[in-house]
Amino acid sequence: MALIRRRKGADASKNSVSGSKEQSGSAKEEEEEEDDKKRKQRPKAKKSKEKSKWSCVDTCCWLIGCICTIWWFLLFLYNAMPASFPQYVTEAITGPLPDPPGIKLRKEGLRAKHPVVFVPGIVTGGLELWEGHQCAEGLFRKRLWGGTFGEVYKRPLCWVEHMSLDNETGLDPSGIRVRPVTGLVAADYFAPGYFVWAVLIANLARIGYEEKTMYMAAYDWRISFQNTEVRDQSLSRIKSNIELMVATNGGNKAVIIPHSMGVLYFLHFMKWVEAPAPMGGGGGPDWCSKHIKAVMNIGGPFLGVPKAVSGLFSAEAKDIAVARAITPGFLDNDLFRLQTLQHVMKMTRTWDSTMSMIPKGGDTMWGGLDWSPEEGYVPSKRKQKSNDTQISKDDGTRSTLSESESVNYGRIISFGKDVAEAHSSEIERIDFQGAIKGCNVANTTCRDVWTEYHDMGIEGIKAVADYKVYTAGSVVDLLQFVAPKMMARGSAHFSYGIADNLDNPMYNHYKYWSNPLETKLPNAPDMEIFSLYGVGIPTERSYVYKLSPSAECYIPFQIDTTVDGEDEDSCLKDGVYSVDGDETVPVLSAGFMCAKGWRGNTRFNPSGIRTYIREYDHSPPSNLLEGRGTQSGAHVDIMGNFALIEDVIRVAAGARGEDLGGDQVYSDIFKWSDKINLPL
Amino acid sequence: MALVLRLRKLCYVEPAVKCSSVGFQSCDDQTKNNENKDEIFNLSKVEESVSEKRRKKKKIKREAKEWSCINYCCWAIGYICTVWWLLLLLYHSLPATLPGFKVPESPGARLRREGLTALHPVVLVPGIVTGGLELWEGRSCAEGLFRKRLWGGSFTEIFKRPLCWLEHLSLHNETGLDPPGIRVRAVPGLVAADYFAPGYFVWAILIENLAKIGYEGKNLYMAAYDWRLSFQNTEIRDHALSRLKNKIELLYVTNGYKKVVVVPHSMGVIYFLHFIKWVESPPPMGGGGGAGWCAKHIKAIMNIGPAFLGVPKAVSNIFSAEGRDFAYVRAMAPGVFDSEILRLQTFEHMMRVSRTWDSIVSLLPKGGDTIWGNLDWSPEEGHNCNLGKKRNAKPSSSENNLNLSDGTKAFIEQEPVKYGRIISFGKAASELPSSQLPTLDSKELLRMGFSADFNLTCGEVWTEYDEINRESIRRVAEFNKAYTAQTLLDLLRFVAPKMMQRAEVHFSHGIADNLDDPKYAHYKYWSNPLETKLPDAPDMEIYCLYGVGIPTERSYIYKLSSSNKCNSIPFQIDSSADGESGNCLKNGVHFVDGDESVPVLSAGFMCAKGWRGRTRFNPSGIATYIREHQHKPPASLLEGRGLESGAHVDIMGNVALIEDVLRVAAGATGAELGNDRIHSDIVRMSERINLRL
Repeated sequence: MALIRRRKGADASKNSVSGSKEQSGSAKEEEEEEDDKKRKQRPKAKKSKEKSKWSCVDTCCWLIGCICTIWWFLLFLYNAMPASFPQYVTEAITGPLPDPPGIKLRKEGLRAKHPVVFVPGIVTGGLELWEGHQCAEGLFRKRLWGGTFGEVYKRPLCWVEHMSLDNETGLDPSGIRVRPVTGLVAADYFAPGYFVWAVLIANLARIGYEEKTMYMAAYDWRISFQNTEVRDQSLSRIKSNIELMVATNGGNKAVIIPHSMGVLYFLHFMKWVEAPAPMGGGGGPDWCSKHIKAVMNIGGPFLGVPKAVSGLFSAEAKDIAVARAITPGFLDNDLFRLQTLQHVMKMTRTWDSTMSMIPKGGDTMWGGLDWSPEEGYVPSKRKQKSNDTQISKDDGTRSTLSESESVNYGRIISFGKDVAEAHSSEIERIDFQGAIKGCNVANTTCRDVWTEYHDMGIEGIKAVADYKVYTAGSVVDLLQFVAPKMMARGSAHFSYGIADNLDNPMYNHYKYWSNPLETKLPNAPDMEIFSLYGVGIPTERSYVYKLSPSAECYIPFQIDTTVDGEDEDSCLKDGVYSVDGDETVPVLSAGFMCAKGWRGNTRFNPSGIRTYIREYDHSPPSNLLEGRGTQSGAHVDIMGNFALIEDVIRVAAGARGEDLGGDQVYSDIFKWSDKINLPL
Repeated sequence: MALVLRLRKLCYVEPAVKCSSVGFQSCDDQTKNNENKDEIFNLSKVEESVSEKRRKKKKIKREAKEWSCINYCCWAIGYICTVWWLLLLLYHSLPATLPGFKVPESPGARLRREGLTALHPVVLVPGIVTGGLELWEGRSCAEGLFRKRLWGGSFTEIFKRPLCWLEHLSLHNETGLDPPGIRVRAVPGLVAADYFAPGYFVWAILIENLAKIGYEGKNLYMAAYDWRLSFQNTEIRDHALSRLKNKIELLYVTNGYKKVVVVPHSMGVIYFLHFIKWVESPPPMGGGGGAGWCAKHIKAIMNIGPAFLGVPKAVSNIFSAEGRDFAYVRAMAPGVFDSEILRLQTFEHMMRVSRTWDSIVSLLPKGGDTIWGNLDWSPEEGHNCNLGKKRNAKPSSSENNLNLSDGTKAFIEQEPVKYGRIISFGKAASELPSSQLPTLDSKELLRMGFSADFNLTCGEVWTEYDEINRESIRRVAEFNKAYTAQTLLDLLRFVAPKMMQRAEVHFSHGIADNLDDPKYAHYKYWSNPLETKLPDAPDMEIYCLYGVGIPTERSYIYKLSSSNKCNSIPFQIDSSADGESGNCLKNGVHFVDGDESVPVLSAGFMCAKGWRGRTRFNPSGIATYIREHQHKPPASLLEGRGLESGAHVDIMGNVALIEDVLRVAAGATGAELGNDRIHSDIVRMSERINLRL
């Protein structure tokens, strides 16, 4: 709009000026008629002809010139601006900012002591191309994932092709090698300006950390954990680097800081490193106690995340794949939408790692048809606590809410809202397992996209919908039914159950290593495990689905976004029930192991490793200048939370859990954990 | 009147823009009008009423004028921008390979078709200045630069805040480590030295070709280190040597117990020499890898452009900060250097900063007169300077022999150049027989006073020249006219006492008489190939890969600087000293064959003679190979820096060299490559050197 307006203005001004010119010309004529009668006439005629020329191309040029000049001028001003200028503005508006934790703690006299290892999570690590097909020429060692994502727009299909893995082996397709970026740059920023680890790194640097005492354990987050070792020797590298850092830093044990899926990855690592070669790393039974001081899990999805289910089921997780955030225009556009989702699904289904986050522990942990540990949860309570100015109007509605019937969170997927709310005895379910999948009726035009749904006929899809309700236990069966190949690949690497007898030799297999309910923690009584996560943000917990109207060529299931709760503050919104959490990981998944599963001497924690829960209440940034906030509790933004950074730095500088103040809990995690009936 | 004149001026200027627009037309019109008016004005000054009317009109016209002038600018800028964007768009939509222009297949792709695949893990060791450095902690002037590159990349900070930049790149001038409050660290990973500046590749092409035959992060490692520090200090401060050891061990284990191929470049060569001694030495000084470590882990060391025996450039750099292109810094800011006003300050700053870098001392010529020649003798004497150029002009090698004989004949008639005199004061001194040279005992030199007479106005820029008596500086030049590689060190000790004191704890430049002397277990000898034994690893191979055919600085003719200001560097290369045509002397510098930075002698001698066979420097008889690459400048601009270049850094893009590296990495031995490949006189030169083996 501004452009057009400006252009009009320019035209107008031009006209007026040329008008004035003409005026002056005519005035001249009157006066100097005798002098140059003949001379005048010709130029005048010419003038009018040339005027039309000027107004076309030249106006455009003029306009562009104007814009460019203004742009350059602003750019110049921006560059000439002192670096601390935004800070001054912020301070002028919001009052003086607190010192960044690094500076504050440095003044307290804290110095780098224990080497620090970062383990990035899913999607935040960069991936670069080492070998590609013809279409990816010139991208050698350029980032395909992370950074600017320029290639997504330039050659989307080529990009999808290179980001996908082989759908049978879960490893590289032939002729393509995409590898993780190494070093701190792998995950300091996900995209320009969108920090992941950068703030934490900067603050650690303030108390003296540098490359020799910090290590980013970058790995290819698309492939299953054991495959990172098979293909890239990532686990061996981590082992060797930790050993090196401990040795060169005077024997000070390492502090590990995994984030998101990195938590499970590191769990896998701890089992791997003590397991004998060739399956394991051969570090011996006391490797962890020798080399690790503390594991500070940030936003750890120990028991999986419900988002992973919807992601795998219909590629619709609100944001599990950031891919959706990258191309919001495409997804919202009805024309491209389904095709895009299909491509995203095709791509993500080749990524074994997403299967590591399927909810673990089945109904025991996540609740059955009529029961769930979170039942009775009041969603607005957290908000109330964190920011009373904004939500004060909710006071009235809160009382009504607590009276309403509790939500059946245990039904992770239900077809239709009525089913989601009905009592279990009222639901008619037809078992889908035996159902015939039917033959492929999809027409051939959409064959190029592989989502496995094409191998299913209408009957199969109907059978799935007829089962009505799926709990955490049956969701695994569901996925096995709709995506048998993917799950066959995944179940070789991951397991989602609860171990009855941990001494059973079958649990020596690596597929159990990333499931905290099927492994014992290492024998390292001096080690400490922290669970640091944000609370106070509604987090996806269960979904209301519907059959997609055009089921032939597309993904046959969709989240029923029309379904909403009765009032504004209901947990149900756009077909998604939410609970307390950090926007991605529900409190239950992040906190249960530290609150109960590993607390004290349990069968999962035979050596009695101490565990601490540190929750951070979310409070959104007060204004735009604060960026993503210094008190955020969101899954990724929490990495910029000053309180969390302070905790991390203190531990890195030598503090123990008690020095931090033990547990710091805002949510109902202990109450919920108590409800879970797990033999310990 | 003035107004009218201004208007006219504008109108006269504008026709130069050559814009065919209405605005211009009207401008022209008005010019005419104005001219008319002028005439009228001059003729009839009396008519007041008329002039008043005119004034009004002028006002109107003036507005019109100013409007159009700003608009012209905008119009012109818009025009340029549009054209620029159009061209950019065209450039981007251009297919990567033009149909007419055939890109030669890269050696990696070719060898892959031959069936070569990644076998041995590869470790790259970058040299001096090519590695990136980033800021981890700085003063307040460097705010916002955390983990940004100070060295390498686009170097924008030099222009934005030059003094701040210099301050952060300097090291502490007594410890040779970080100054308090500043932490600048090496960039890790392959990005450390793949490109030095955008578009200026260092390792990138080699990496790309290695990737073609299957290399990736797990079997390729860049051993980045802070190249400003002395080698042992990289371990003390950053554990760089420990990391390298750990990495090599890891690569060895995770790649199926395949030994690594190490590819060091330039100063990385002596860094790695230091490493192989360090790793087998017992802790705490060494890495404690034990005696068989190298034999167990290393298959081959492929030294590219090795500066084994140092480079004369380092001398001129330390002495007067004038190395022709030793530091790329000069190339980055040529304008600044050439400008007389800024020049001296720039050199001073350069010198001040680079003298805090211990690593430069590691590049001083090693082996003294025995290797580099004395006042009357040098191993290169008889070198024909036209050789290189003629070869450059005629790329076909078949004609080389002809040129060679021609050149030698022409040369014999001339008096041989005395390369041994690395620094001589005045052209005459560089040519006189030694008996006529005034000499000064070096010890006497050291005894000369340090009575400082620096005045306070220039205390800001610190070079050690400010602390030396001007008188003694004059005497340096007068009493001893010529300095050889040996006396040179005394000279440097005199002019840069603190630096040499600091650095000589870390480096040594002599020749060992008895290598079993326990003193040679000290780390200061480890980077000097003439004072260490190679490890006991009979299966290892050592390659010397370097370019020849480019005139390379060998010795300098100096003069006292004319300006006697306090802040100036008192010595200057006498760029007026030129030899006759066909002489090796040009702009005060004697040239020999080499790769533009490293003379053939320094690059090739150890492989050609010092380590050839079983010598006291190489007791286990490690096989050595020389692979020379004749320099050919790029045939056309499209080739960039050339596929057959022999220049010190550009050789990393040399197709033949890449092929050698790839073949060895894929398992070939030196014999399979075809043993030695020699273009220069290195064998003859080495024979002339009288070194006990």
